[in-house]
Amino acid sequence: MKEANDPIVITKLSKHFGKHVVLRDFSLTVQKEENVVVLGKSGSGKSVLIKCIIGLMKPDSGNIKVFGKNIAGLGHDALDEIRARIGFLFQGNALYDSMTVRENLEFPLRRHWINHSQAEVDALVLEALNNVGLAHAVDLMPEELSGGMLKRVALARTMILKPDIILYDEPTTGLDPVTAREIDNLILTLQKKYQTSSIIITHDMNCVKKTADRVALLLDGRCYAQGTYADFEQSTDPNIKQFFE
Amino acid sequence: MALGTTIRSFFDQTGSIAGFTGRFFSTGLKPRFEFRELLNQCYTIGYKSLPLIALTGFIMGLVLTMQLRPSLVDYGVESQLPVMVGIAIVREIGPVITALIFAGKIASSIGAELGSMKVTEQIDAMEVSGTNPFKYLVATRVLSTTLMLPILTVMGDAISLFGAYIGINIRSVTSFSLFFNQVFHSLEFSDVMPAFIKTFFFGFAVGIIGCYKGYTSSKGTRGVGNSANSAVVLSSILVFIIDLLAVQITDLLGYN
Repeated sequence: MKEANDPIVITKLSKHFGKHVVLRDFSLTVQKEENVVVLGKSGSGKSVLIKCIIGLMKPDSGNIKVFGKNIAGLGHDALDEIRARIGFLFQGNALYDSMTVRENLEFPLRRHWINHSQAEVDALVLEALNNVGLAHAVDLMPEELSGGMLKRVALARTMILKPDIILYDEPTTGLDPVTAREIDNLILTLQKKYQTSSIIITHDMNCVKKTADRVALLLDGRCYAQGTYADFEQSTDPNIKQFFE
Repeated sequence: MALGTTIRSFFDQTGSIAGFTGRFFSTGLKPRFEFRELLNQCYTIGYKSLPLIALTGFIMGLVLTMQLRPSLVDYGVESQLPVMVGIAIVREIGPVITALIFAGKIASSIGAELGSMKVTEQIDAMEVSGTNPFKYLVATRVLSTTLMLPILTVMGDAISLFGAYIGINIRSVTSFSLFFNQVFHSLEFSDVMPAFIKTFFFGFAVGIIGCYKGYTSSKGTRGVGNSANSAVVLSSILVFIIDLLAVQITDLLGYN
């Protein structure tokens, strides 16, 4: 009964590219309002995992249930309905570089709520930008923003539909330590404000320490270990210890 | 071995482009239509290409006239210069040169734009935002190129003829009305319509190849560069192949 209420339930997920097996019977459950950090080396399949969750990639086998619905079995319209409840923060931000910040934020609103009035759209854009402290950047182009600002705008776009789930792909990679901690704080602030559940993909241990309610280690395609940050920190397992060295 | 690989790669790519074109007809033309983006693309692809098409068209008409003139003078048929230039421009040179200039400007631009959007995950972001990127990016661009190239060709032809008029007046004197009277009097339905109809196919080829190369771009800056480059090369070759087919078809239909 408890599992039925869990926003994300992944069961025995497998995915390979040619002969390279990326995920092998990977299982993970994310509970409501929980931040789960998936930790793993570069190229271990972390990004593939969240791309499978949002339907950008199709797994070879296994199940991904989001709000009780099996992602693999959904048609386009049903998948779009689910996607309206999931935010995805891309590693490279993926802001549309031919559009202003305002147009970037309006884009998901217009796609999901085609008949929304302009006043409502403006209010939502302003609220999202205020959340990340960038209301003044509304008419700038992405090329005019710094790395940290780009990440904040991308986060604002991710949050604009007030999703129930957010998937973060390496949210602090490529940022200086100060900006990275600001992004960590924003993740926590927004999670509290909108009561979201999150999967955060990272290998930044400061980000893990700050944001994780639970950590899952992805190793050789499997969920090798799960626990709190403190559990991992005290572990004597060399596969876990290497992340703290 | 190398020849076998090349042949296999050729058929692989041909099949892949055919599949992409099939997807355009099966997915891209179904509602919801992206009218706003279509208008935006028509503006970018059509209106913004006009200065280039106009300039090249003018020079082409002028140079063609000046090059033809000595030969016609030798044969004593200088008075037929407007007729010859008019038919050459409207039937063949106008549509093909406009399509090649258009391919150089637009196919490379679409290939590079979609390629970099793919590399930077903007296409994925679009899909996550509840948008079918194929309809939003590909269908609108292919429709724009298909609709805009014929219009640009008509404008390019008109400007080329004006260039030809200037070219004639460099060495002799003819009035504007006499020149255009001679040109239009010599043109028939079979000169204008097949040439006009084939430009829709030229436009479609430029759009579909630009989009295909961009949409299937491999990662990295080299991948994007290759997409832009091969989009121009392949769409230019296709323009000539379509032209060859068009002339055979019009010949079979008795319009030559």
